Amino acid sequence: MTSSVDALDVESAQVPSGTDLLPPAFQAWFEMQGWRPRAHQLELLALARQGHSSLLIAPTGGGKTLAGFLPTLTDLASRPPRKPGMAKTRIHTLYISPLKALAVDIARNLERPVSEMDLPITIETRTGDTPPSRRQRQRYNPPDILLTTPEQLALLLSHKSAGDMFRDLKFVVLDELHALVDSKRGELLSLGLARLSRLAPDLCRIGLSATVAHPQELRAFLLPQSHGEELHLAQLVQGAAGAIPQVTVLSSEEHIPWSGHSARHAAPEILNAIKGARIALIFVNTRSQAELIFQELWRLNEEGLAIALHHGSLSVEQRRKVESAMTRNELRAVVCTSTLDLGIDWGEVDLVINVGAPKGASRLLQRIGRANHRWDEPSRALLIPSNRFEVLECEAAREAAINNILDGNPLRRGGLDVLAQHVLGMACAEPFDIEELFLEVASAKPYHDLTRDTFQRVIEFVINGGYALRTYERFRRLAKTPEGKYRVAHPSVAQKYRLNVGTIVAAPLIKVRVVKQRPQKDGRPGKPLFRGGRYLGEVEEYFIDQMAPGDTFIFAGHLLRFEGLSETECYVTYAKGEEPKIPAFMGGKFPLSTYLSARVRAILADEKTWGALPPQITEWLSLQKWKSVLPGSDQMLVEVFPRGGRFYLVCYPFEGRLAHQSLGMLLTRRLERLGLHPLGFVANEYALSIWGLRDLSTVDMAQLFDEDMMGDDLEAWLAESSLMKRTFRDCAVIAGLIEQRFPGQEKTSRQMTISSDLLYDVLHEHEPDHILLQATWNDASAGLLDLGRLGDLLKRIKGHLLLKKLDQISPLAVPVMLEIGRVPIFGDANEAILKDAAEDLIAEAMHRD
Amino acid sequence: MTDASINFFDQELVLDRSGALYVKAHKVLVFSDLHFEKGSSFVRRGLTLPPYDSRKTLSRMDEVIARYKPTSIIALGDSFHDGQARERLDEQDAKAIAALTAACEFIWIIGNHDPHPPQDLGGSIADEVSLGRLVFRHEPARDAAPGEVIGHFHPCAAIRARGRHLRRPCFVTDGARLILPSFGAYTGGLNVLDNAYAEILSGPLSAFLLGRDGSFKMSQKKLLPDRPRAFAEANRPD
Repeated sequence: MTSSVDALDVESAQVPSGTDLLPPAFQAWFEMQGWRPRAHQLELLALARQGHSSLLIAPTGGGKTLAGFLPTLTDLASRPPRKPGMAKTRIHTLYISPLKALAVDIARNLERPVSEMDLPITIETRTGDTPPSRRQRQRYNPPDILLTTPEQLALLLSHKSAGDMFRDLKFVVLDELHALVDSKRGELLSLGLARLSRLAPDLCRIGLSATVAHPQELRAFLLPQSHGEELHLAQLVQGAAGAIPQVTVLSSEEHIPWSGHSARHAAPEILNAIKGARIALIFVNTRSQAELIFQELWRLNEEGLAIALHHGSLSVEQRRKVESAMTRNELRAVVCTSTLDLGIDWGEVDLVINVGAPKGASRLLQRIGRANHRWDEPSRALLIPSNRFEVLECEAAREAAINNILDGNPLRRGGLDVLAQHVLGMACAEPFDIEELFLEVASAKPYHDLTRDTFQRVIEFVINGGYALRTYERFRRLAKTPEGKYRVAHPSVAQKYRLNVGTIVAAPLIKVRVVKQRPQKDGRPGKPLFRGGRYLGEVEEYFIDQMAPGDTFIFAGHLLRFEGLSETECYVTYAKGEEPKIPAFMGGKFPLSTYLSARVRAILADEKTWGALPPQITEWLSLQKWKSVLPGSDQMLVEVFPRGGRFYLVCYPFEGRLAHQSLGMLLTRRLERLGLHPLGFVANEYALSIWGLRDLSTVDMAQLFDEDMMGDDLEAWLAESSLMKRTFRDCAVIAGLIEQRFPGQEKTSRQMTISSDLLYDVLHEHEPDHILLQATWNDASAGLLDLGRLGDLLKRIKGHLLLKKLDQISPLAVPVMLEIGRVPIFGDANEAILKDAAEDLIAEAMHRD
Repeated sequence: MTDASINFFDQELVLDRSGALYVKAHKVLVFSDLHFEKGSSFVRRGLTLPPYDSRKTLSRMDEVIARYKPTSIIALGDSFHDGQARERLDEQDAKAIAALTAACEFIWIIGNHDPHPPQDLGGSIADEVSLGRLVFRHEPARDAAPGEVIGHFHPCAAIRARGRHLRRPCFVTDGARLILPSFGAYTGGLNVLDNAYAEILSGPLSAFLLGRDGSFKMSQKKLLPDRPRAFAEANRPD
């Protein structure tokens, strides 16, 4: 394994005058390795010495981790040796990473300089895997350097001993900060940091990050802010940029599919690319895509190249096996999802293959960086579009990558559900004064513009639910002390908090187990037959819900036949044949970035830029121009045409599937009100298609797409949106309204549990302004509903609609039209299915034979 | 309106989409398992769920009552989630219940959750009620004669159609006994293929699934068993 501290480049290191910052032992150690310290390592060290918090931005392989720890190591090395009878030392440095595997890896890498220089420094990790005995010991006898995760930090801070434990803390090192900040975990972390800075006011925060579009946001994250004032920014240290990557978009000899995400057509070309590389990482966007590509590569893999599969649904053992084979350089390629986006430096990767849509320029650059074994050598990347629109997207992303253009959204505002959880944790630690806690919370960047009023409502939620109906007046989770501070009312409240800490709400999952025998005829498993088969991993419950015994699907690299279900497991057998019956294509969860969206529209509009595109694509676009029209880069094209007895409206916003789905929901409501009875719609990343039985060409499009749909139509839809309910469930778990159920607890009978959907309905109807609905709304509009993006779209296209009435389907419309029947159609489908199922029954009953 | 109706021991019964049962000849409306104040009962476990379930249940009752205009109403047991439900009940909701019981004949049948329904909300209290050959009680009686109408089980049924899985509350009958779905806003359901029904329903079942626009009959061979939900923490990174 390439450890994060070697592979330093001697030539390019500019040594500033500050070399004397390094104690002699360190200088000797660097010389022993044949290295010289890099400029950014020394710069960061100098800033830390002066007590400045800093953000270090450097490419992978740039000695970033060592830079982050040099201030700690040099400071600890100069500490006078501890004499017997002296008080025990406290934690000196906290290291926080988004992955527990990364914390463990970094601990191992740190051991080397520490032992080679014989430094009296203790290093320990603390993750969910750390045994309880050691966790307890760490609280009264902590190491000098503790490597941990945001959740564990929250837990440590909720103990009464937190004040004492962190009193002498000098540094916090935040690794992969760019990945941490843009999530609820980042929000939880920001609140933890705010508390740490109160316990240890001179605390110096060091952030390590890949290149990002908005460094100033990360810099603000690294300093305590003052409520209502301008943002304070931490110092910025920039490592030398890596070499410009070599990025190619595959110009496939094969027919490029109109739609779909399998990229199956390109499998032979991917295999060839693997042959030409030492080790290739093949990134895909979804787990099912990973399964398909893996399957397809092995079908062609006559030489038996060692190609492995790695994604989040596979069992931990299976993933660890792949990881260690990777570090031993035994593999030629790994097909993986974003599970390998981050962190650990895997061996000699020299080619990154990105299958499907890159989604964002920064995201692609970070993936390409995984091939950055030698940071000054260009990384090689090959982009594989899986359909025609993705060719345009890949081309836009390629341009961005070689020009080092970054994109990304501004950081989210702190979630109120996360805040509620934190408030309870703080009450567990010690009684808090409400004004003091407000200022502390508002010192965290994500909560910088939190209002005092909203904070008060969060506090009331924590106390007793904060409902207008005062049912829980007598019940309180927090009690007031004589000094007017708040503390937990009962130890059981603290206990419950500790069980539920964290911001990742587990999706309901089902274990997949291979069995030999087939079940009895009725599809129900005969119990004795199904014991103890091989465990393959876990799949989402909704996926299994779709299946009937006998259906086939691909998982863990195998074609499997679904046989039956028991307690918490689904039983499968190995199936023969090639085509799975259940395709399971859901798009990735990341929408196309705004930047790439604009670039794709620009390519589409400007024929001069088509030179880089494969002939099949230019032909397709030329045909579109001839049969319909190509929209200008600031226009949105709307096409209407009849087909097969129905009338279609297809529009091309290029704003990502989530925003398009929301748009589809709102447009069908409007059309319904206009009496046009739309029947359904389907959305992909680039376009939206709506159909019905009435001609849609006479509709006033400007009015139809008017921004005012974000008012009443939206309100009415939200009342029943399943996406809203899913978001609510997560918020309710994080905020502590309902409990996360863990394995072993699922025995609770269904009669006893209350589904969060019911809670949402009731709350939405009776207290629509409740703080938790506000939290849900904030999350959903930035997340699953992507309303922010939709609002921007409606603004952008006002006065820029290009309506084209056609006699038949246009070339550009084909991809989205092909999605019909392949992806779930939205609307009243469930109700219709229920009716049909009953009608089937009547037909069945009336049939005589 | 496509609410199913069945002839059950000489009575025409409408199986309403809401989960209520209407006995046409006697103008009797039956609601089962209202579970008032179930939401607030979770406070014992430290959870402050939105306390509006009683209100929601009451407004759903009002809607059905307005449609059928019954002369009598039977609450088929487990109307109150526990012995302290009355104390937790908001005054406005208590008044609404009292208004209901004053407007027509109202009978609280006792259930296992409410062996002693509150006395101060009006209505009369009974172990069971007979209407012709039908007997209404909360739980099935040992050696009950055919024609028993009960609640208690919160029946639900699952089907799969067009690749989708649907699970809905339902009425279920084997021809001898009829079980009503639970009406309360926060009540869950037990799949009719669960073993718990084995002793009380025999022979082929008919389930009537509740939908937005009606109740829909499904034969037993269309019904799917449930799988207990599994919540795993495989995705927890710490």
